[in-house]
Amino acid sequence: MSQLTPELERKLMTAVERMPAFPKSVQSILEMTRNINCLPKDLVGVIEKDPVMTMKILRVINSAYYGLPSKIASVGQSVVYLGINTIKNLALSFAAVGILPRFSTTGFDIQRYLLHSLTVAAVARILCEKYARAELDPTDCYIAGLLHDFGKVVFAQFMSVEFMKALASAADFEKPLYLAEQEHIGADHAYVGALLAKRWQFADSLVECIRDHHKEDVEPTAMGDCLRMADIICRKHAFGDAGNPWREEELTRIPARFGDDFEAIVAKVGSLEKIVEDAQSFAQIGTERAA
Amino acid sequence: MKVKMWGVRGSIASPGPKTVRYGGNTTCIEVRSDDDSLIILDAGTGIFPLAQTLLARLPVTANIFITHTHWDHIQGLPFFVPLYIPGNKVRIHGAYDIVSMQGIQQVMDVQMQYSYFPIREAELKAGIEYETLTVGQPVSIGDATVTPVLMNHPVTDLGYRVESNGKAMFFTGDHEPWLNIYKPEDSEYADYQGMMDLRQAELQAAIGKVDLLVCDSAYTMAEYPPKIGWGHGTFDHAFAMAQQVGAKRLVCTHHEPTRSDDDLEKVFAEALSRHPGLPFEVMLAREGLEIEL
Ligand SMILES: [Zn+2]
Ligand SMILES: [Zn+2]
Repeated sequence: MSQLTPELERKLMTAVERMPAFPKSVQSILEMTRNINCLPKDLVGVIEKDPVMTMKILRVINSAYYGLPSKIASVGQSVVYLGINTIKNLALSFAAVGILPRFSTTGFDIQRYLLHSLTVAAVARILCEKYARAELDPTDCYIAGLLHDFGKVVFAQFMSVEFMKALASAADFEKPLYLAEQEHIGADHAYVGALLAKRWQFADSLVECIRDHHKEDVEPTAMGDCLRMADIICRKHAFGDAGNPWREEELTRIPARFGDDFEAIVAKVGSLEKIVEDAQSFAQIGTERAA
Repeated sequence: MKVKMWGVRGSIASPGPKTVRYGGNTTCIEVRSDDDSLIILDAGTGIFPLAQTLLARLPVTANIFITHTHWDHIQGLPFFVPLYIPGNKVRIHGAYDIVSMQGIQQVMDVQMQYSYFPIREAELKAGIEYETLTVGQPVSIGDATVTPVLMNHPVTDLGYRVESNGKAMFFTGDHEPWLNIYKPEDSEYADYQGMMDLRQAELQAAIGKVDLLVCDSAYTMAEYPPKIGWGHGTFDHAFAMAQQVGAKRLVCTHHEPTRSDDDLEKVFAEALSRHPGLPFEVMLAREGLEIEL
């Protein structure tokens, strides 16, 4: 794919600096931090459900000053390094930036995007526990799931006209959303998400996982496999599609490590209901399903 | 290398008849390397009496290392008299603050605002430089090197390892051992524990072998439970750390401000009685204590 122009790249970088967080997390964080006895683990639980907060926290903590021996990949790990008080105050400063509008002007539903990200994240974590525990930390898969579509939020907020055209052609089943984005924007959300993750010094494995999550012929990795499989399960069950409608042919693209019995894989993941309930209450979204 | 304690009290200065033996000034440690380079660890109120001794020999070149920006570790900075005398050089080192997104220069900006202090920073006559440190990256001061190490406290806290001609000391600043935020029955417990253990191992490796460890020992075991998460350790924590890093000598500091000299000796003796045969020398920090390495 063609490279982004320097101007577009700059625009995207500043875009994300100004990105506001999600209503539910801002509300919860304000409530929790008024209580001096708030449990650190509850605060972590809220922060790690908000992709904007998570992304911003991991970005600052991975900044050069702390010279950390390895890349910090989760909110919990950030707490181990900088302490809960610092993470709490960081979250508060991000909360102060504002709240994402429930519906952005593009017709891209931000709450459904969040529902999709949260369910994919949770399912990817479980898949990793069941199928790839020896290869990587399930938390890394959770973060990959939470952030894999982050590029879409950036498009929705800051390149809304082009993104609306891409969404329209994906909704007509003309083509998958990422191809429509390439056509109308000049880059897809995977490319943009990876660009940001790389610029913010996230671990290479996460950057590559985000970048490749729609690519057809890439070397399979444990993180990439769990993310793809989680995305297939969630979109097939219509737990939010983040603007990319499900196509039956996607069932032929199940990564080899899971075997080819789709129902068996879903059964192994266990109850999806709890995951979806959790995500719905956080995304502040009713029980209605996507068309 | 010589180490001298100028302030050993935690949280708030506590002068008075009950603290006269150990002293009431807040944290400040003077370190002189073999070539007499001056390294000052923290700028609590103890830096004021230290400053008086420096005026006899001008110009002064001072290298101040701030562990963290809580008041009891910076409050003496505007009273560091050499800052006001032309020809002196003062270099202030410290951590990057991730929340305010500012380097260590804010330690002066914040304290010298019009409503809080009568002199503006621009009026300081000495040559002042600020250096925001990168964790793990050593700074050379004369024949010594100072290496910042990330500790555990409610704000970014750097411990400092000072090394000169084969001798080394480490000062923790304020530090509390890591604590699992999950309960054993939580699914995240084991992962978090693994990360904490890794941090502990990293810390030990970064401190390395030292001849002297100066360690936050604010509380007794009995006082600790309601103060978990406040960012300070106990005597027992300090003993454990000294043992882990194989320190030759341990100095316990950051004394509780309400603790009288008699009580301090009592609780220290109690902690020692539970740890007979410690393989290192151990003592309480007191103002004026000098240790040659
Ligand atoms: Zn202190
Ligand atoms: Zn402190």
